[in-house]
Amino acid sequence: MAVGQNVLRKEGHEKLTGAARYIDDIALDGMLYGKTIRSRVPRGRIKSITFDPDYDWSRIVVADYRDIPGNNYVALIENDQPLLAETEVRHSEEPILLIAAESKHEAEIAARHIRIEYEEAPPVLTIEDALKGDQIIHGSDNIFKSFLIARGDVDEAFKQADLIVEGEYRVPHQEQLYIEPQGMIAIPGDDTMTVMGSMQCPYYVHKALKHVFNLSDEQVIVIQTTTGGGFGGKEEYPSMIAAHAALLAHKAKRPVKIIYDRAEDIAATPKRHPGVIRHRTGVTKEGRLVASEIDIVFDGGAYATLSSVVLSRGAIHALGPYRCDNVRITARAVATNTPPNGAFRGFGAPQVTFAYEMQMEKIGEKVGMDSVEIRRINMLREGDITATGQKLTWSVGSEEVLNAAVERSDFLSKIQQASLQNGRAGSPRSQEKRRGVGLSFFFHGAGFTGSGEAKMKAQAGVEITPEGHARILSGSTEIGQGTRTIFCQIVADELGLGCDDVEIEEPDTSRVPDSGPTVASRTCMVVGRVVQMAAREVKEKLRRFVAERYGEADVKLIENRFVANGKDLASFGAIARAYLDLHGELRAYARYANPPGIEWDDETYSGDAYPVFSWGAIVAEVEVDPTTWEVAVTKITTAQDIGRAINPILAEGQIEGGTLQAVGYGVLEELVWNRGRIVNNQLTNYIIPTSLDAPEIETIIVEKEYPHGPFGAKGVGELPMDGAAPAIAAAVYDATGAFVPEIPITPERLLAAIEARERA
Amino acid sequence: MKFSFQINGAEREIDAPPMKRLLDALREDLRLTGTKEGCGEGECGACSVIVDGEVINSCLVPVCQTQGAKIITVEGLARDGRLDPLQQAFLECGGAQCGICTPGMLIAARVLLDTNPHPARDEIKEAIAGNLCRCTGYVKIIDAIEQTAKTV
Repeated sequence: MAVGQNVLRKEGHEKLTGAARYIDDIALDGMLYGKTIRSRVPRGRIKSITFDPDYDWSRIVVADYRDIPGNNYVALIENDQPLLAETEVRHSEEPILLIAAESKHEAEIAARHIRIEYEEAPPVLTIEDALKGDQIIHGSDNIFKSFLIARGDVDEAFKQADLIVEGEYRVPHQEQLYIEPQGMIAIPGDDTMTVMGSMQCPYYVHKALKHVFNLSDEQVIVIQTTTGGGFGGKEEYPSMIAAHAALLAHKAKRPVKIIYDRAEDIAATPKRHPGVIRHRTGVTKEGRLVASEIDIVFDGGAYATLSSVVLSRGAIHALGPYRCDNVRITARAVATNTPPNGAFRGFGAPQVTFAYEMQMEKIGEKVGMDSVEIRRINMLREGDITATGQKLTWSVGSEEVLNAAVERSDFLSKIQQASLQNGRAGSPRSQEKRRGVGLSFFFHGAGFTGSGEAKMKAQAGVEITPEGHARILSGSTEIGQGTRTIFCQIVADELGLGCDDVEIEEPDTSRVPDSGPTVASRTCMVVGRVVQMAAREVKEKLRRFVAERYGEADVKLIENRFVANGKDLASFGAIARAYLDLHGELRAYARYANPPGIEWDDETYSGDAYPVFSWGAIVAEVEVDPTTWEVAVTKITTAQDIGRAINPILAEGQIEGGTLQAVGYGVLEELVWNRGRIVNNQLTNYIIPTSLDAPEIETIIVEKEYPHGPFGAKGVGELPMDGAAPAIAAAVYDATGAFVPEIPITPERLLAAIEARERA
Repeated sequence: MKFSFQINGAEREIDAPPMKRLLDALREDLRLTGTKEGCGEGECGACSVIVDGEVINSCLVPVCQTQGAKIITVEGLARDGRLDPLQQAFLECGGAQCGICTPGMLIAARVLLDTNPHPARDEIKEAIAGNLCRCTGYVKIIDAIEQTAKTV
């Protein structure tokens, strides 16, 4: 069996020797270097564009919106984002012009000789500005999208509650900070356009290019090159860069490369949505939740892009993994004159998780229950109903993960020790480092939300090569998370082959089908399942072939041998080759369908939001310096139920990596804005965790198998991002007595909270 | 101007402007693209190479400063098709995910083990603190370096 084994990373050798080719490693003959000229004002009209008459423009290719052969938008959910601004600019990184030159340096120099003048309008820069509505920049109310999730009788239930707990929580922008900046190369053909580059979703890029150039499916070819991290940041923006490079290539009739430097990448590409989340919870004196009212506002930025789906996921996860029969969740995404926010691992869930877990800490304290008990009595278990009315019928690892994290970390005795040491009620102003410990408990729905997967019907295939190997055909991309390796493991076991006998086709839209985007913790659980079904279909064809050939009725594939009635007939390889000799090819495709009984109603926003959830619990330990108020996260113990771990080392890698991104979210990472522009768009002052900031991370994988996942697997990609920030905030509260309802908990923010507490 | 140095054991000469970044000389003039650019300002360490036994950020060093130096890049770690024990350990422990920080990480780790063959875990963390990784949480990178030190 390959599944469950730590099979070595399929593309590991090339990544370790420097042989792997990322987009910036590729240079083509006659290639030009493109650059994007952007708005420098957050809102206004373009008055004039002046090209310095003393500069030699004969060497430079310039493109603007008038050069677009098709539609001037980046196709996504709503086609509202222009590829290049025409007259109006809505944020200060909005692309206006494109230029290409023989070298990157020359393009940089040419860019300095272009002058754009604007007639500025007052910008909307914050959620508060957008809601106030003094300036309307979208529709009639600045709201891109709103949702209501309602269940039970909330108003009546509040009357019955013994206690009402309120809280307001704030979460910031966060930058994905993949270490490989974004980049693309476009190669024009006579009537085709080929684009290759760093991306998560080749078919998103494919669709965007078709719309921009009015080309057919076959005329656009998109190829993913080795991709140096994505985390959501390479979900949708690569479509923009690809179309920019392609437009220049189309005009120049030469290949064009666009590689963002780090400053441009941080400034212009999408971030995690910042948000304000308010909770009002009705609780019995025994600590049971009886009524919950939650209001979510996310800042979508200047265009709708993915905000509606980020908001949807946020709303569905907003109550957390808890039982409450009377719920009203309102959610809005607002427009501001800032670069559009988008996908980042967790996709709305980390924001609401911070809020509901901080609220849970508050509720526990108000009713006098410890962090574990308040969660234990309210947690969702098998058979329980979620906020959208979904009955949880399988693979619910809630209790297991909470118990495992609490026991392994020795949480209860640590929290007692910390409380004794710190004397919560006493003065926090001693010079000794203060230790604290905090808990969080969370869940994450895998796959697209609601009816997304049912509509998408993701496709994948498996074919047999002339050598008798299996080859996987899928548009799912390897972005470091291990797609290639786990897909090969799944197919190897389905066909009884060794992993070395399974190949995987490059993600090239002319060669692989659309498996849907590589997002939403769906690659293993959803596409992995489709890959497994395709392999099963190949097996079935071969089985029937053997049955006919040997005149046997009951043929089975055991290991890699076909057998019937105890007789060994032939090897997989021999039969595969015989089949190919006769039929020329052997290939099968499969499509995803939801498990039976999964129903979602888009009208009422109720039903089975996801076919299954993954579950997690985290215990965070911190040390707070009482002089500088720096928070050091020293240890994370986490238990995560991800169903069957196809490759435990890769799964642990997902959990550890996601956890550290969440540590950054909780205490370090802060974007600083000035008039709609990020001013710390460099690694010198946008601080992500180094090895010295990283806590020791102890991971416990809980495997509550999901009957409809490949070999029982669920999603793992995003869950690890959800829970660390509130656990850290709870630990800081434990250490200092300061309840900080806003992340990141920087020294400045913690000091302010401590001073506020002292004044009170 | 002409500059010569020893790269991965071979004598090489290039003709480049003296202030050209060593990173660009490696990637463009010598087509050694294993060395990566992540930030261009010496923060991420993806461009780390070994110059005369020390780890440097090749995005911050002009090529004129490396005249006559001995330079090792990630392409120079494997010998005769056999992986360096560090590369093997990264493969086995899961130390590489997206792979973009990996060349720099391996370079920093190689210099650590060359100068301190049996480092403590804290010393390993210190040695790779100039190399950012966004995928792994560093756990399996540190494991891989530790495993190499134990087995070699």
